[in-house]
Amino acid sequence: MTEPIISFEKVNKWFGQFHVLRDIELHVAPGERIVICGPSGSGKSTLIRCINRLEVHQQGRLMVDGIELADDLKAIDTVRKNVGMVFQQFNLFPHLTVLDNLTLSPIWVGGLAKKDAEEQAMHQLARVKIAEQAHKYPLQLSGGQQQRVAIARALCLKPKIMLFDEPTSALDPEMIKEVLDVMVELAQQGITMLCVTHEMGFAKAAADRVIFMDEGQIVEQAPPHRFFEQPQTDRARDFLSKILSH
Amino acid sequence: MTSSAFTPIAPRPAPPAPSGLGLWLQVNLWQDPTTRVTTLVLVALLLWIGVPLADWAVWSAHWQANAEVCHASGAGACWGVITEKFRIIVFGRYPFDAQWRPLLATALLLALLVASCMRIFWRPSLALLWLVVLALFAVLMGGGWWGLAPVETDLWGGLPLTLLLSSVSIVLAFPLALLLALGRRSNLPAIRSLCTVYVELVRGVPLISVLFMASFMFPLFMPEGMNIDKLVRVLAGISLFAAAYMAEVIRGGLQAIPQGQLEGAATLGLSYWQTQRLIVLPQALAMVVPGLMNNFIAIFKDTSLVTIVSLYELTGAMGLALNSDADWRPYKIEAYLFIALIYFVFCFAMSRYSQWVELQVNRGRQR
Repeated sequence: MTEPIISFEKVNKWFGQFHVLRDIELHVAPGERIVICGPSGSGKSTLIRCINRLEVHQQGRLMVDGIELADDLKAIDTVRKNVGMVFQQFNLFPHLTVLDNLTLSPIWVGGLAKKDAEEQAMHQLARVKIAEQAHKYPLQLSGGQQQRVAIARALCLKPKIMLFDEPTSALDPEMIKEVLDVMVELAQQGITMLCVTHEMGFAKAAADRVIFMDEGQIVEQAPPHRFFEQPQTDRARDFLSKILSH
Repeated sequence: MTSSAFTPIAPRPAPPAPSGLGLWLQVNLWQDPTTRVTTLVLVALLLWIGVPLADWAVWSAHWQANAEVCHASGAGACWGVITEKFRIIVFGRYPFDAQWRPLLATALLLALLVASCMRIFWRPSLALLWLVVLALFAVLMGGGWWGLAPVETDLWGGLPLTLLLSSVSIVLAFPLALLLALGRRSNLPAIRSLCTVYVELVRGVPLISVLFMASFMFPLFMPEGMNIDKLVRVLAGISLFAAAYMAEVIRGGLQAIPQGQLEGAATLGLSYWQTQRLIVLPQALAMVVPGLMNNFIAIFKDTSLVTIVSLYELTGAMGLALNSDADWRPYKIEAYLFIALIYFVFCFAMSRYSQWVELQVNRGRQR
C-alpha cells in the first residue's frame, strides 16, 4: 500500500467533558474517496475538521501529507494550503463578488498576480458550470449555485485533499443534484476526498470507502456496495434502515 | 395514470397604483372619524404654535442691525444681532483684520472633508492630502510663516475650531477604536484585558472631566520647560475619549460576523490580520455605519464642551459675542437659532452621507 496522505493514530478529542472523538484510527490513501456518515453528534464533522485544524485534537497523532498537526503554526499553514474545505453553510464572503471570493486566497496567500488569479478562477468556475455568475455577489445566487462557487473557491487553492462537511444539507431538493453532479465529476479526477454526507446515492456513485461513525468511534468501514448490502453491525443496519426508508 | 399538460399563465402587469394629492389626503388624513379628529386637532395645534412663532420670527421681526429699534419695539425677533455679531460668532476672538485667514483655512478644511467623502478620493494618497491640508490650516491660523503674524491657539475660535476639533478627533479616534475593538476580542489575555480596562475607564468619566484633565492637570505632570499646546492636549483628550465609544460600536459589528466567515478565511490560509482586514472589518463596519455616524455626530456636537477650558469654538464664540455687549445681550435666542442652524446643516449632511455610504457598502446584500 502507498504511504497514506492522511493518518489518524489513536486520535482523541473532548469538548469540555464530552468525549467527541474516541481512539480514531484512519488511514486515507492518496486519491481515495471516502464518505463519512452516521447519526448527528457522532463526531463526523469534528473528524474532518481536525484535518485542517479547525478543531484541535488533544491526544494521538494526526499526519496530513507528511506533516504532523500539532502546535506548529507554520505546519498548520502548510497543511491548509493543501486542503480545501466546503461547508454546509457555504461560508462565502457576502461583501465580495464571486470572482473576488475565488481570487482572494491565490492573491493574498499564494502571491499570484490579479490577472493570473482571475484566469484560474474563471477556469474553476467553468469547471463547476457557473462562469456566467462571476461578477454577481453570493447572496444573489441560489443555494446550489453558492455551494458550487464554494467548491470552486476551494479548488482555487489547488488542494491535494478536499473536505466536504455536509455540503448539501442546507439545500433545496432540486439543488442537491447540481452540487452532487459537480462532486461526482471531481471524484473522477483523482483528488483525495473526504465527504460527510447522507447522500447515499453519491456514496454509491463516487466513494471507494464508506465510514460509519457513532458516539465518536468509527464503527464500521467498507466499500459502499458491501456497506449498503451487508452492514456488519446492528448499529449500522439500524441507521441505514432509518435513512433509506423514506 | 393520466397526465394533464401544465399550462403556464403568462405574467400580467400589476394594476396601476392610485396616485394624486387629493387621494393621498383622503387616505392619510380623512379616511375615518378617528383620522379626521386627529387631523383637526393637529391642525389646531399647528396654528396655535405656528402663528405666534411665525409672527415672532417673520412679521414682527426686525431685520436691521440696530439694537435701539429692537429695544424700542420689544416684540418680535431681532435678527440684526446676527449681521452685527456674525464675524465674532463664526471666528471667535481671532484678530478681526486677519479673519481672511480662518475663512480660507475653513474653506480648505471643508474642501478636504468633502473630498474625503467621495469615492474617487479613496486612495492611499488621501492620507497625504490630509497632512498637507492640516499643515496649511495650522500655518494659516497660527501664522509665523510667509510673513503671517503669529496668532496663539488661545485666540482660535468659532467655526474653524469646531471643524478642526471634530474632524481631527474623528480621524484619530477611528483607527484607535478599531484596534481597541479587535483587542477586546483577542485571544491574548493581556491585550484583551488592557483594551477592556481602557474602554471601561474612559466610558466611566464624563468628557468634561477629560477636558479638565487635558487642559489643567496634564501640564502639572510635564517636566519643567516642556509644554504641549492646550489645543493639542484637548484634541488628544477628545480623540481618546471618543475612541472608547466608537470601539464598542465597532465591537458590536464584529460580534455579528458569523464564525463560519472566520473558518472560511482560515481554510483559505489567510492570516489573522488578512482575515480582519479583508473579511471581518469590511462586513462589520458596513453593519455599524448608522452607529458610527451617530458617534461622529455626537463628537461634532460634543466639541462645544471645550468652551469650559476657554477654547471658544462656535457655541463659545456665540456666548462671547453676546455677553461682551450689553446692547445685544437680550437677543441670545436669535443667536442660538443661528448656530443651531449651522450645527443642523452639518449634522444633516453627515446623516444623509451615512445613508449613501450604507447603500454603497451593502451592495452585496441587494438582490
